[in-house]
Amino acid sequence: MDYFNALALITNYILLPGITYGSQLALGALGVTLIYAVLRFSNFAHGEIMSFGTMVCILFTWLGQSYGVNLGFLPTALLFLPIAIFFSVIYCIFLERIVFSYYRAKKSDPIVFLIASIGVMFFTAGLIRFIIGPSDQSFNDGVRFLFTVRDFKNFTGLNEGFGLKTTQAITVITTMALCFLLFWFLNKTRTGKSMRAFSDNEDLALLSGIDPNKVVLLTWVIAGGLATFAGVLYGLDKVYKPFIFLQMLLPIFSAAIVGGVGNPLGAFVGGYIIALSELFVTFAYKKVLGYILPEGLGPDSMMQFLSTDYKFAVSFIILVIVLIIRPTGIFSGKTL
Amino acid sequence: MFLNAENMLGGYGETTILNGCSISVEKGEIAVIVGPNGAGKSTAMRAIFGMLNLQAGKVIFDNQDITSLKPQERVGKGMGFVPQTNNVFTSMTVLENMEIGGFINKDRFEENVQEVFKLFPILQEKEKQLVGELSGGQRQQVAVGRALMTNPKLLMLDEPTAGVSPIVVKELFEKIIEISKTGIAILMVEQNAKQALNIADHGFVLVQGENKYTDKGSNLLANKDVRKAFLGG
Repeated sequence: MDYFNALALITNYILLPGITYGSQLALGALGVTLIYAVLRFSNFAHGEIMSFGTMVCILFTWLGQSYGVNLGFLPTALLFLPIAIFFSVIYCIFLERIVFSYYRAKKSDPIVFLIASIGVMFFTAGLIRFIIGPSDQSFNDGVRFLFTVRDFKNFTGLNEGFGLKTTQAITVITTMALCFLLFWFLNKTRTGKSMRAFSDNEDLALLSGIDPNKVVLLTWVIAGGLATFAGVLYGLDKVYKPFIFLQMLLPIFSAAIVGGVGNPLGAFVGGYIIALSELFVTFAYKKVLGYILPEGLGPDSMMQFLSTDYKFAVSFIILVIVLIIRPTGIFSGKTL
Repeated sequence: MFLNAENMLGGYGETTILNGCSISVEKGEIAVIVGPNGAGKSTAMRAIFGMLNLQAGKVIFDNQDITSLKPQERVGKGMGFVPQTNNVFTSMTVLENMEIGGFINKDRFEENVQEVFKLFPILQEKEKQLVGELSGGQRQQVAVGRALMTNPKLLMLDEPTAGVSPIVVKELFEKIIEISKTGIAILMVEQNAKQALNIADHGFVLVQGENKYTDKGSNLLANKDVRKAFLGG
């Protein structure tokens, strides 16, 4: 029985939040890795594009709520997600036209693109603070839990339990569906194959009659869409903080690089690796060990490897280790 | 002439590499460009394909003046080009490489892919394999196959035998003869000058971006001066 208690604790505090957070990172990292693979630069503005999409979603959710629109037990924001995606895709295309296409025509180095993307990042962050302000916004309505810890305990009779938040379920299901769709698109459709061909060998793709403008535009559409999904799901699950998206760049880039930058499967797996390791390292194991170890041997201290304040350091450490030991990442992407 | 590139003058930046060289090929024939390093062999081919802006001269293909067309547009007109390096999609399977090549001509995809697989049976065996995992010779076959998928009337090969073993070179040349017999014009740049001239209907010896000798392949092989200067006696 004690082992089940320990397992329930770990599920509640590590596995469920880790898989949820990992899904959000995976969606973010997929966008970064696609931009890197097709447009050949590291897009530091990706976090702010997530934020932008989420902001639009929140504004429309408020508008909807003021007219009494809701989705029952699901968050109302889901209803306005397509509109938010539309706006952030438009914003991405605007950025491409105003900023990045200029450097592409000049055939600038990737580092120039990167610096330009940092400029775009600051611009977007400023724009967002103009529109929605710098403070936190909670926009999650609907039912909070599908089942709570108490429900679980009553049902199983254990001392410990885990609850499943609605947003956790939504996040995981949406991510799986989106990834399935994306991999199907890239591997089976003509357009997806032209994207991969363009990413593999640009010159040869041109000689095969692939239209570069179409591929570039499509990449922005997909990246913008994925970014909005990632941002909204993250905001629903936690809370929308305009400042958090700058910090989230680190785990997102780590996820992309750990998996192998430019490789979508790598970004997907990398997201979960980063998220789960953050939680495994910063979790306090006192109670868990209390259940597992023989009577009286349970520890008195918190048994926490690292304070939660340092959770961003975990992705940094993993990033450094991967870059030293296997710079191409787990699934052998291109080296940065 | 099916392809006639006349008096091409051009290069990169200020310096000219091509100083009025002329290349021509007839349907169903093999033409080979040979010459010492830096003679402008590859540059001549790139100019014919439109990857280099000409300061003077013109390119007539299939009775049309195509001098001002972009490379992509020339592919549409029936030119197939196999670059010397980076000529395959390494992260994609053999079949996917063929598919991408066939984007231009999707109606004839099935027929074309069957023809390519008949020509290179090894590709059919390995159709699900990533091209990056194939040997050099097999990759070269993928590259030629991809170009054939565009239904070219003229196939241009930039040093197709660079870096592959002598046995594979022989095999590759045999395949090239087979391709030319289907009525496709072939233009090659080659390092293996002797072997290449052996199978060539026409040979162009370039020096300093100019035609030094232009003759039938067999005549060039028999020519004392050419042998001495370019073929090692």
